[in-house]
Amino acid sequence: MNIPFSRHTLDNGLDVLIHEDHGCPIVAVNVWYHVGSKNEKPGRTGFAHLFEHLMFEGSEHYDRGYFQPLQEAGAQLNGSTNADRTNYWEVVPRNALELALWMESDRMGFLLPALSDAKFENQREVVLNERRQNYENRPYGFAGMAMVAALYPPDHPYHWMTIGAAEDIRAARLDDVRAFFQTYYRPRNASLALAGDVDTREALALAADYFGGLDAGDEPPPVEFAAPPAITNERRLVLEDRVELPRVYLSWHSPALFAEDDAELDLVAEVLASGKTSRLYRTLVYDQRIATEIAASQNSREAGGYFQIIATAAPGRTLQEVDRAIARVVEAFIVEGPTAPEMERCLAQAEASFMYRLQTVGGFGGKSDQLNAYNIFVGDPAFFERDLERYRRVTPESMQSAARRMLRPDARIALSVVPRGRAALALPGSQPVSVS
Amino acid sequence: MAVNRAHLPPLGPDPPFTFPEIQRRVLSNGLRVWTVEHHAVPLVSFLALLPVGAAADPQERPGLAALTSDMLDEGCGELNALELHDTLGRIGGHLDSEIGSDATILTLSSLARFADRGAALLADMVRHPRLEQRDFDRVRELRLNRLVQMRDMAPALADRAYTQLLYAAHPYGHLSIGTEASLRAMLLPEVAAFHSAMFCPSRLTVIASGDATHEGLADFVKAAFDGWTATEGNGDGVVDPSTLPLPSTPPERVALVHRADAAQSELRIGHVAVPRSTPDYHALLVLNMILGGQFVSRINMNLREDKGYTYGARTSFDFRRGAGPFTLHASVQSEATADAVLEALAEIEAIRGARPPSTAELQTGRAGLTRGYPRNFETAEQISRAAAQLALYGLPDDYFSTFVPKVMAVEADDVTRVARAHIDPSRLLTVIVGDRDKVGPSLPRLNLGAVTEVTNA
Repeated sequence: MNIPFSRHTLDNGLDVLIHEDHGCPIVAVNVWYHVGSKNEKPGRTGFAHLFEHLMFEGSEHYDRGYFQPLQEAGAQLNGSTNADRTNYWEVVPRNALELALWMESDRMGFLLPALSDAKFENQREVVLNERRQNYENRPYGFAGMAMVAALYPPDHPYHWMTIGAAEDIRAARLDDVRAFFQTYYRPRNASLALAGDVDTREALALAADYFGGLDAGDEPPPVEFAAPPAITNERRLVLEDRVELPRVYLSWHSPALFAEDDAELDLVAEVLASGKTSRLYRTLVYDQRIATEIAASQNSREAGGYFQIIATAAPGRTLQEVDRAIARVVEAFIVEGPTAPEMERCLAQAEASFMYRLQTVGGFGGKSDQLNAYNIFVGDPAFFERDLERYRRVTPESMQSAARRMLRPDARIALSVVPRGRAALALPGSQPVSVS
Repeated sequence: MAVNRAHLPPLGPDPPFTFPEIQRRVLSNGLRVWTVEHHAVPLVSFLALLPVGAAADPQERPGLAALTSDMLDEGCGELNALELHDTLGRIGGHLDSEIGSDATILTLSSLARFADRGAALLADMVRHPRLEQRDFDRVRELRLNRLVQMRDMAPALADRAYTQLLYAAHPYGHLSIGTEASLRAMLLPEVAAFHSAMFCPSRLTVIASGDATHEGLADFVKAAFDGWTATEGNGDGVVDPSTLPLPSTPPERVALVHRADAAQSELRIGHVAVPRSTPDYHALLVLNMILGGQFVSRINMNLREDKGYTYGARTSFDFRRGAGPFTLHASVQSEATADAVLEALAEIEAIRGARPPSTAELQTGRAGLTRGYPRNFETAEQISRAAAQLALYGLPDDYFSTFVPKVMAVEADDVTRVARAHIDPSRLLTVIVGDRDKVGPSLPRLNLGAVTEVTNA
């Protein structure tokens, strides 16, 4: 399986990727800009995401909001920002392809003339409300911020989450928006993928018409950072929150996206905590019933990753019990490696997850999003097959070896999130942290 | 070609769309098998629809239907829970189980080469769940823990208070998870009895879709479900919610669930509205698109894009077999709570006649439903879910192909008429989950009488 496509680079450096799929009379238009919160500076966090909001507020030649003409054409559309990239997409009926290209190219080329204080201040309030809704008012909502702040030093671009600090969002200025746009929102720093019911030649001609005339701009400055210092002594932290049940977050530095051991750790996470047969679920939730939720993930990004296990204690059980049980399970996995049935299962699941991602042309994770991800992160939109191959190459020994080297007990951050006023429920020796 | 940025490009004619063919069969035991071919990727999906949901919970046992559906993957036939999930993992399977007021839906997707095993596993879960005490104890405990955690989730608190106040003792008056008291009192034999009374071949529709022929898909289902016969007691005890009297309008107009230091106020505003069978269905969809059903709707543009009170506000009609609610959902900045509620109430009032839909609004509202319609039929699972709606609500075979013309026939007058007929501002209940001290002083401005405080239990 793969995603057949053609690639054409316009003179201004914009990559245009086209994939034909005539199953449904729709087309996905997907644009990635290679900029995210890791391009921000301390004190100005949250900016890349706030900027994304402004991309929906109109541009020079259609300054009445981005949604109106597209929803009227039957489009679904959205955008998102993470540490490494910002993406924008529309899924439109095929007769609205030109409209979507018109709109995307207008905001890529002509956003600034339409920018105003009123729009900026409105979206700053909207983003502050997004932060309240998804972080401040949500149980355990601050845990992610506390964890990345502990994993990475203050000058490392993964030290903060993409949503940013509320005071930084308030401190953002309209001039910052202009500078950010001119630096990063350039054709050469972007990739355009069209997937669906299109004719490649016609679609390419349209894309060239709409985007070809935009100014290439300068190469954006590289993100500068030093690798985070290795964790050599376990750090224990406690965060008090409005929660009922204590929860522990255990994190280790791990390889970057597509780097050596990344696929191995993905599958380690699968064997440890995906489904009822997984080792941690079976031990902590199914047999011993000391935890009520368990999860594990390899969170790999462009400039490094972290492996994380999250467990919520069952009522009346302690985080210490939970932590000891997790440690035993992880240790046993490192000693034994995966069993044959575990290998069979996690490889089948990996294969299936690639297939599930091929079902849609657009949206988050659809084929157009995949093509852009591969193009932006490895410079090769055809990476699908090689990506799948990374998983097929994993052996029990390579999984075991990756787990042994990465998941060392002394190389982890252990964050306890406990009910307010009950810091004693944290793992012993935890230092208080505060996040707001 | 020179790009013309003076105006937006014309759309041209809407592309024709052919709906995927659904083939319908009935097994000798009464089970309905619907099949849809979809060859884009080597996957198959089997969806089992049982038109029995949380509304079928006995009055004193809210949560029974949900817990029963949760027990189905805790071991079946020869397999215990771990073996079942091991099998599922080895076929690249995804199992999804969901329960609503009117239905329980299990969906098992897998790699196409394992379709026979996928269908067999699904059938085993539906027909022969092991329902063992030890598993029951654990599953119940996990659900009790979930209830404990919900005490700190503003959306869950809002949904519960809103549902209870609107529906009281009606079968729609509780969340599917039930209550702590009910879960604690529940016994395994009640689950077994509920399963054996509700799960029977004549009630089930299995929708198979994916990378196989109609015959091939039907054969997988047939092989898995043939020989299943109804047992005594099947068919008893399910009340059709559409036959029950509607709950009376609650005396409260504003209810507050206090949440100290809450960063926002979680809002629900609405009342009991109409069932899925309403002849005004398509007009109500258009009304909702204009009022609060999409980004460019009046309420979102007002509360978010104009005022900046919220990350987003939406309205919906929850169409069920019995009358479901019309509801506005939003989470708003605490300081702006009263203003946000007043703006929302004013928008709801205005669409009943003071500010009828403009031509542009009508066009956008209709187009959002019609031009985007084919998008809902892209994947095998989407098609199965769409087909499940036909089965659940007894919609006609030509439902999909008549949808677009029916929506296009809705005019501005229809929108105003159905808004007047089905939205009554004097009956709207507002539920606020927020900080009493931050929110309380501004609530008299709503002019809706005394605020009822609901205990956060």
